[in-house]
Amino acid sequence: MSARDRILARLRAAEPGAPVAPPDVAGYYAQRPRPTPAERLNQLCVRLRASRVDVKLAGPHDWAPVAAGALQQRGVRRLALGTCARAATLAAALPDTVDTVCFDGAIEGWKRELFETVDAGFTPASAGIAATGALLLNHGGALPRTLSLVPPVSLVCIDARDLYDDLHHAASAQRWADDMPTNRVLVSSPSRTADIQQTLAYGAHGPRELIVLVITDGETA
Amino acid sequence: MSAQPLHFVSPAQFRGRVSEALADDGLRDNFRSAMHFLRDKRASQFPDPVETEALRDLGEAVRKHALAHLPALLEKLEANLQARGVEVHWADTPDEACAIIHRIATEAGARRVIKGKSMVSEEVELNHYLEARGVECLESDMGEYIVQLAGERPSHIVMPAIHKTKQDIARLFEQKIPGVGYTEDVDALIHTGRQVLRERFMQADIGISGVNFAIAETGTLWLVENEGNGRLSTTVPDIHIAMMGIEKVVDTLEHALPLASLLPRSATGQAATTYFNLISGPRRPGDQDGPRRMHLVLLDNGRSQAYADAQLRATLQCIRCGACMNHCPVYARVGGHAYGTTYPGPIGQILSPHLLGLEASRDLPTASSLCGACAEVCPVRIPIPSLLMRLRTEANRAPGAAVAQPLAGQGASFSLGQKLVWRFWSGIYASPGRYRLLRWAATRLRRLAPRSQMGWTQHRTPLVPAARSLHDLMKARARGRPGV
Repeated sequence: MSARDRILARLRAAEPGAPVAPPDVAGYYAQRPRPTPAERLNQLCVRLRASRVDVKLAGPHDWAPVAAGALQQRGVRRLALGTCARAATLAAALPDTVDTVCFDGAIEGWKRELFETVDAGFTPASAGIAATGALLLNHGGALPRTLSLVPPVSLVCIDARDLYDDLHHAASAQRWADDMPTNRVLVSSPSRTADIQQTLAYGAHGPRELIVLVITDGETA
Repeated sequence: MSAQPLHFVSPAQFRGRVSEALADDGLRDNFRSAMHFLRDKRASQFPDPVETEALRDLGEAVRKHALAHLPALLEKLEANLQARGVEVHWADTPDEACAIIHRIATEAGARRVIKGKSMVSEEVELNHYLEARGVECLESDMGEYIVQLAGERPSHIVMPAIHKTKQDIARLFEQKIPGVGYTEDVDALIHTGRQVLRERFMQADIGISGVNFAIAETGTLWLVENEGNGRLSTTVPDIHIAMMGIEKVVDTLEHALPLASLLPRSATGQAATTYFNLISGPRRPGDQDGPRRMHLVLLDNGRSQAYADAQLRATLQCIRCGACMNHCPVYARVGGHAYGTTYPGPIGQILSPHLLGLEASRDLPTASSLCGACAEVCPVRIPIPSLLMRLRTEANRAPGAAVAQPLAGQGASFSLGQKLVWRFWSGIYASPGRYRLLRWAATRLRRLAPRSQMGWTQHRTPLVPAARSLHDLMKARARGRPGV
């Protein structure tokens, strides 16, 4: 008998327990207070800023220059981008001092270059989670996983219309379970660790800095 | 760099290590301040008791539901992972799990493994196994890296290097990493670790990770972390191998959501960790990165023994937040290494007897004052004190006694002498005549009480029966005469 069959047989032979009702997860989240869109935006920004995220708000027409300014201010010379429309808009707004590299081939072709020469990566987020201050990156396809992971500066943009109260709100509204990309990542701060004497330090293995551009239509936070 | 072999603590060693740990003032200071820090952080995340209790109820319900359907959910998880191109392996024992991973490495010609944090890999002693067979295995979680560099084992399941000060780590880096000078600056120390490990992420052939929640419905592995090393380990190398205990599965993505709120809040006092990393398969056509092959190793190693018994099954509700150890007065004083087990503290005391057998772990269930702090903070309401009591009962049950679901090592603490003492005691109390006789003898022969009374007289004066029993005193009072 294989290990699989032995394990499953032992589990099936176990003493039956008391009957268990399915957990009412939706019911729990439905009882929670619903913030207004303005409160949501404010909550997201406050939470992110508390985790040392540089949050900037800008309109649909000026977010790219604002993002370009944030990169320039950090001395970014090389920015990696995917192939989406947001990436094209950002690329067009960059000053001459920032060189772009399009991540449109397999990582094996330029792994060392990515690790050693790219200062920043740009990834548009698909959702913002107000309750915890987190951004959803649906990695896979045109949005490689390492884009938000390897470069020391991570630049993320999020449309204010894509903000949700909490994970449950986002997962049910966007029907996450119906179509899982290879790698869904929720990010809430630059990479950090408190493994040395509980002292918080940023830039453990992933990005040292996280810049979030919230694209709003007039709201402020 | 080689990991030390797994030593569980034989009963004598456990007691010895406890005495050593208690005498080590530095260690006690480190743990005391770390535990206070983690308790305060957790408390700050649960300001509203109504919300806290409702969420804990929900977390418990999710875990109980998953365990009630465990075999079916494991099969569902396996089928959905396979449909997404993940190879699923099952291991009964630590050796089987290590052999599976070694085989994958051999077939791929892999020599370098980089690891994200995985307690299951600690449990099976994977580093040691692979290094003995010529495969380098490097820990990339900062705490795990420090502990590996020092040739030690983690002393806490969430913060592996919690027993070390920054001075300890500064000295360690200076000694072990070429070209690194002594500095107590934490940012500089972390930067050193980052530089060393970044190169290794690029070179590694295989990345190994643990799993926090496995979602059966979607075939998804949910990893929780702050540093990004988990993401790098599961993304950059050509092969990703995830390892998990069979109990980590939940039915749906929705079911994982309350757990993803409870875990970071209970563990490190964060609303959410830096990354929630949901992996649903290896690189697909059109993807530019991610591992080309992905494996999941499911480990039993005694978990099905806990599962077999309806009461002990609750042990498997655990989501490994470590809150029980952070709040345990015993753990806070003796530290993680004294236990000698992969999982220390209260959760280790109820889990290790299934992993190692009661023979090897018989003293663990007794290392508790049953104060109940662990159960009070457990995010999934594991009744740890009652499970400790149950394990004490099983350790003291006669080795041959027939029970429905015997535990490995049943009767490890059984003593015939103790059993006879209890039989004598209950015999005396069951009959008024015998009780009167004992009373008469004890008061008349009180001078014969021994001077040395085992453990009692180590720190106390000997017990001597009173000259007159309470019954006699009460009788005398009823007759109107003063007693004694």
